[in-house]
Amino acid sequence: MARFSFLEWPVIRQLRSSDSLGRGEAVTSQRTREIAPRTATADRVVQSVCPYCAVGCGQRVFVKDGKVVQIEGDPDSPISRGRLCPKGAASEQLVNAPGRQTRLLYRAPRATEWQHLDLDTAIDMIADRFIAARRRGWQDTDEHGRRLRRTMGIAALGGATLDNEENYLIKKLFTAAGAVQIENQARI
Amino acid sequence: MRQLTEAPDHIAHHEHPRKGFFTDTSICIGCKACEVACKEWNRNPHDSAFELLESSYDNTGSLGADTWRHVAFVEQSGQQIEQARESGRALVSLGMPGIGPPASRPSSAAPGIVPSDTASSDTTPPDTPEFRWLMSSDVCKHCTNAGCLDVCPTGALFRTEFGTVVVQDDVCNGCGTCVAGCPFGVIERRSDGIVAPKTERDFTPGEQAATRNVGVAQKCTLCYDRMVDDQTPACAQACPTTSIKYGDREEMVATARQRVAELQTQGMSEARLYGANDFDGVGGTGSVFLLLDEPEVYGLPPDPRVPTADLPQMFKRAGIAAAGMLAATAVAFVAGGRR
Amino acid sequence: MANADCIVIQGSNMAECHPVGYQWVTEAKARGAKVIHVDPRFTRTSAVADRHVPIRAGSDIVLLGALINHVLSNELWFKEYVVAYTNAATIVNEDFRDTEDLDGLFSGYDPETGEYDLESWAYSRREHDASGTEAGSGTTDPDDHEHREDDAHADDYEHGADTSERAAGHQYGSGGPPIEHPEFESDPTLQHPRTVFQILKRHYSRYTPEMVRDACGISVEDFDYLARTITENSGRERTTCFAYAVGWTQHTTGAQFIRAASILQLLLGNMGRPGGGIMALRGHASIQGSTDIPTLFNLLPGYLPMPRVGMDSLEDYLDSVSSRTQKGYWAHADAYTISLLKAWWGDAAQADNDWAYSYLPRLNGAHGTYQTVMSMLDDEVDGYFVFGQNPAVGSAHGRMQRLGMAHLKWLVVRDFSLIETATWWKDGPEIASGELRTEDIETEVFFMPAATHVEKAGTFTQTQRLLQWRHQATTPPGDCQSELHFFYELGRRIRSRLAESTDERDRPLLDLMWDYPTDEHGDPDPEAVLAEINGTHLTGPQAGRPLSSYTEMKPDGSTAGGCWIYSGVYADGINHAANRRPGHEQGPNAPEWGWAWPSNRRILYNRASADPEGRPWSERKKFVWWDEEKQQWTGQDVPDFPVDRAPGSPSDPRAGGAAGLAGDDPFIMQADGKGWLFAPKGMVDGPLPTHYEAQESPVDNPLYTQQQSPARITFPRTDNLSAPSANAAGVGVYPCIFTTYRLTEHHTAGGMSRWLPYLSELQPEMFCEVSPELAAERGLEPYGWATIISPRAAIEAKVLVTERMRTLTVGGRPVHQVGLPYHWGVGGEAFVTGDAANDLLGITLDPNVQIQESKVGSCDIRPGRRPHGAELLALIADYQTRAGLTPETSNERVTDPGTSGAVGGPAAPGTANAAGIPGTPAAPDTPGTETEREG
Repeated sequence: MARFSFLEWPVIRQLRSSDSLGRGEAVTSQRTREIAPRTATADRVVQSVCPYCAVGCGQRVFVKDGKVVQIEGDPDSPISRGRLCPKGAASEQLVNAPGRQTRLLYRAPRATEWQHLDLDTAIDMIADRFIAARRRGWQDTDEHGRRLRRTMGIAALGGATLDNEENYLIKKLFTAAGAVQIENQARI
Repeated sequence: MRQLTEAPDHIAHHEHPRKGFFTDTSICIGCKACEVACKEWNRNPHDSAFELLESSYDNTGSLGADTWRHVAFVEQSGQQIEQARESGRALVSLGMPGIGPPASRPSSAAPGIVPSDTASSDTTPPDTPEFRWLMSSDVCKHCTNAGCLDVCPTGALFRTEFGTVVVQDDVCNGCGTCVAGCPFGVIERRSDGIVAPKTERDFTPGEQAATRNVGVAQKCTLCYDRMVDDQTPACAQACPTTSIKYGDREEMVATARQRVAELQTQGMSEARLYGANDFDGVGGTGSVFLLLDEPEVYGLPPDPRVPTADLPQMFKRAGIAAAGMLAATAVAFVAGGRR
Repeated sequence: MANADCIVIQGSNMAECHPVGYQWVTEAKARGAKVIHVDPRFTRTSAVADRHVPIRAGSDIVLLGALINHVLSNELWFKEYVVAYTNAATIVNEDFRDTEDLDGLFSGYDPETGEYDLESWAYSRREHDASGTEAGSGTTDPDDHEHREDDAHADDYEHGADTSERAAGHQYGSGGPPIEHPEFESDPTLQHPRTVFQILKRHYSRYTPEMVRDACGISVEDFDYLARTITENSGRERTTCFAYAVGWTQHTTGAQFIRAASILQLLLGNMGRPGGGIMALRGHASIQGSTDIPTLFNLLPGYLPMPRVGMDSLEDYLDSVSSRTQKGYWAHADAYTISLLKAWWGDAAQADNDWAYSYLPRLNGAHGTYQTVMSMLDDEVDGYFVFGQNPAVGSAHGRMQRLGMAHLKWLVVRDFSLIETATWWKDGPEIASGELRTEDIETEVFFMPAATHVEKAGTFTQTQRLLQWRHQATTPPGDCQSELHFFYELGRRIRSRLAESTDERDRPLLDLMWDYPTDEHGDPDPEAVLAEINGTHLTGPQAGRPLSSYTEMKPDGSTAGGCWIYSGVYADGINHAANRRPGHEQGPNAPEWGWAWPSNRRILYNRASADPEGRPWSERKKFVWWDEEKQQWTGQDVPDFPVDRAPGSPSDPRAGGAAGLAGDDPFIMQADGKGWLFAPKGMVDGPLPTHYEAQESPVDNPLYTQQQSPARITFPRTDNLSAPSANAAGVGVYPCIFTTYRLTEHHTAGGMSRWLPYLSELQPEMFCEVSPELAAERGLEPYGWATIISPRAAIEAKVLVTERMRTLTVGGRPVHQVGLPYHWGVGGEAFVTGDAANDLLGITLDPNVQIQESKVGSCDIRPGRRPHGAELLALIADYQTRAGLTPETSNERVTDPGTSGAVGGPAAPGTANAAGIPGTPAAPDTPGTETEREG
């Protein structure tokens, strides 16, 4: 705690300054005088794009101590010019939502509740099931003997908010695996 | 009436023009981006019971300690629109300053029923539509004569170098006098009086933190912290259509006047300004609005008056009364002294 | 859009669903543009538009057709544009029959399969003896291709069911089917009765303003305003823009709605011009990217189709995509395909093994999401991945989605929060109603927390085809991972498990190029993936260097590229999607912000912004023009045309591809270089948009006896019943129309909004919107409760009584519409819950794209909350029984002229049926019975 000098008392400041009624600068606390927006005190800011609709508004993401502390519009964007709709404006809450899950959850067959499972084990389990489902649903040929070379045991849905790079790997992997039942929101 | 009760030139070391908003409700799309951007920036708690408010698409209700931007929705029939046009024409005919089309506007169709001082331009309304939906984003007015500031006993409320009115939440003791002092009912104390816990996040995903500033008076700061860094207030930056405009107050009022004139020329006589008149009960406001109907339709007081307006006269009268009492006492003492 | 003089927003609620995009409409309006909003409801868009035109949901083709009729009848079309740039003058072959001839059907319909044979829609081919091909055969069959070796095999393609299957919309990439010879009969005077122009006129001759009034509920005065405003703002000096969204696409005739608008815009000369065109307002951050690099069953990256059964060689496949002699850039499909195969299988793809083409799985039907869900119900699907999607709330027929998942062995849900698709087994509606018991559900569920958009880097492609790179701000917390990381890791583990396999079927996985650089967390580098998508030169002097454009792709294995339309985004090794030169430092097109495909062009077909001589149509609307001095095209955008093709250049009939384009062929992706008013191929349900009623509609089709689209895809099942239509008995049981939509405050199925307090408090409760008339008729209290019942489900919602909903007069009768936002779900984990509107929807699909009809359905509405448990099921069943529903109801392909409806007997004209709905006046004489309709 800094030494508080007699001269700092608001009353004294009132008398000494032109703000004799104490309605302006004379009553400002130190905190008020040192006020700075967290956009200026952030460790870094990166440019991103809103994840909601397809207008693709530019966003500025401010990070402090490894956490996202503010997301607002990017004035540099020629499309959005710094503006955001309520959903885009709520992006920080999307990232930091109280209901956001950060741990993997697993539901066993017939179970009534979730249980925790470590991520590595889960991915292994999924890989095993992927291979088994692929085999079980495999079709070499159709009823006329024409080649199909595919599996109908696996399906996928989603992708409208995924990156192009992600969709590319998904399509690549699933197609190589012979899984054709891949869909996303474009058709819904 | 009076200028800022704080003499603008008392601010010795800062030279800032007065800043303010111009909210043009004629282009508001009712998206509520302003409400969310404001809450996000100021880390205000959500303050809802998560029930429909039964007011069209407005589920926010009013300004308060936790909501500093509020979008009102008013659905109106053709009859109400016609009434609004009438009252707008009446305003124009009263010769209120700053309202009325400039002579340079081209006229379109046949002239309608207009008072003589606007006869130079056409103000025939377009066919009155059968229906319209008014949308308007309300905010603290940052009045020239601010009731909250006038009555604050602790100096928590102060006038910034930008001419705005801000609460210092580290100074405020929650006495609540300001709540009664605001003619618009904007400022309130933050409480946790509703059942559902309100959340304020400290930016950690998946976690809830406690609400801050409980008990303290809270209201729009016009993003004072952003302004000192030369940034635009959160709501103004977010607004998709620039219904909310931000800038030097003088410019905002000029833009507002121009826009009203433009709408009047198109025949929309219902367009009018709110808060642009320096002679109104609060000396004009820092947040100027363009409305398309009477203020009451939007939930705004039609003739707001700062409660301390009569203060000088009250003190004068009290002073005279006190002097009179003293005089009477003196006379009584002198005259009735020897018996 | 900011440059438009008139903007028509139809099938879209732009201010609510694309608010920030709407600023450009606001600007156009401030500059004097007229904004007209055509929508069943008066929304926040209507509030700021110049005019709102209320329309009956699903009747848009009547309106658009009437506008086309108006333009043609009053000679308001842009003559020079239409004659030069469209196929108006092309003559259609003499076997073609229009819906005017066949009372609602086109020639070539097969009632057995419900599909059309497109042969009779073909252009009439000019007789000539070049290349030894036959003259006057009147077809545009790729089978006439000289290279075909196996004629017997070829026949399989042409007759019977195979033909129409092949023609099915989902089989083709966006270039549509190939057209062999660019030499067709034409009449530039447009007088020949079989010119496209005359056929168009005749087809829409009965789409009049009076028909619009009777079918759409739009007043003659409103129609007049719309027609006048559009036509006064089109032509040389002015342009009109249309904007649409899923209000147009989510219909059984959705693709034709858009076709109708494109015909109108071609006639008015608005395509390819600044402030003109048609803006497709897509709904999600990278939905455009998700169709470009498709996680879709029927496409490969860049709109190449997935190969179908029987296409055993790459040659077979390429023949189905394009012919080398057709005009335009689709002719080079071999280069694009082989480059893709090289990107996926690297050295394992060589000329001698057909470039590993055999590694691709084959389709033999439609494997869309709805068909897949039905397969789940039959226990044919073991495992399901759902990522960033909430089908339990967002897909049509929520109950079928959830029951389908109950049949799975395992389910992987990747999302931020516990959405309904992850929790249906414990708190879904079927648990509440008793249809399912948690302890009996065998489905294993993995909920994997996903990384948000700031926790990973990558590109989104927004609705204007613009790719924008997102930089990573922080690392994902806890177990959260990006999809890139997860799927890469999954692929690695699958490959390592199969590494010792000798099974030939595993070769595609083992030979796959699956080795990306990763960081210390094992997270692959997204820029490396983008570089692969862009493509590289593999051999030659440029080996190792990224491609600069798809024109550099070769069919000889010397180039690799994951998505040809994206080639150029990583040109010169620079991530152009990350270009961020501030907009205010650039001109209006801002080419240095992000990168648009193809080749950073911003307006497609912009050659059409100049006249056939290469001069802008007007100074005011100049955009791209021919620079005579430099002998190239120039202007405000990258020219969407071969840059050095002079305006007057003739077309070379023997050259295919880009070389075949004449100097006045602006529509460079079409096989004849022209804008198609009439579509001889590419649309499976008709060469011209035709009004059909929705799958469920209480309105009798006023234009034809044929009630619904004869080519729509139906699923007649007991768990997918439809309400009776038109005058059928039982139609009064579900007398209202309902339509679904979004609100600004929420997002799709709620996964990204109902878990956020700031958004949830803005719109906390599920509600329906009804007109005061409907409220009065049914006793609905403002802000009270109502139950809405459809043949599939019953939901409850609070009631907003508002004049924004109109009870329209259609065919002289009042038609009530109920509005339903679809954001809510019943999952217990969100801040706000409510019944899901999409549970009411059934599944009937558009045959071109397999999209469901979510914008029009039949329902009943009554006051009060809905019952729970078994009582709820009983309520739904009771309605079904009273309406006499069977799987056949409303599912007949060809409407019998006598019945126009379902089992149970129709109302005789002039009387009322059991539900009290009077019959319409007798239908006009039809040309014949079913057997006379051509197959």
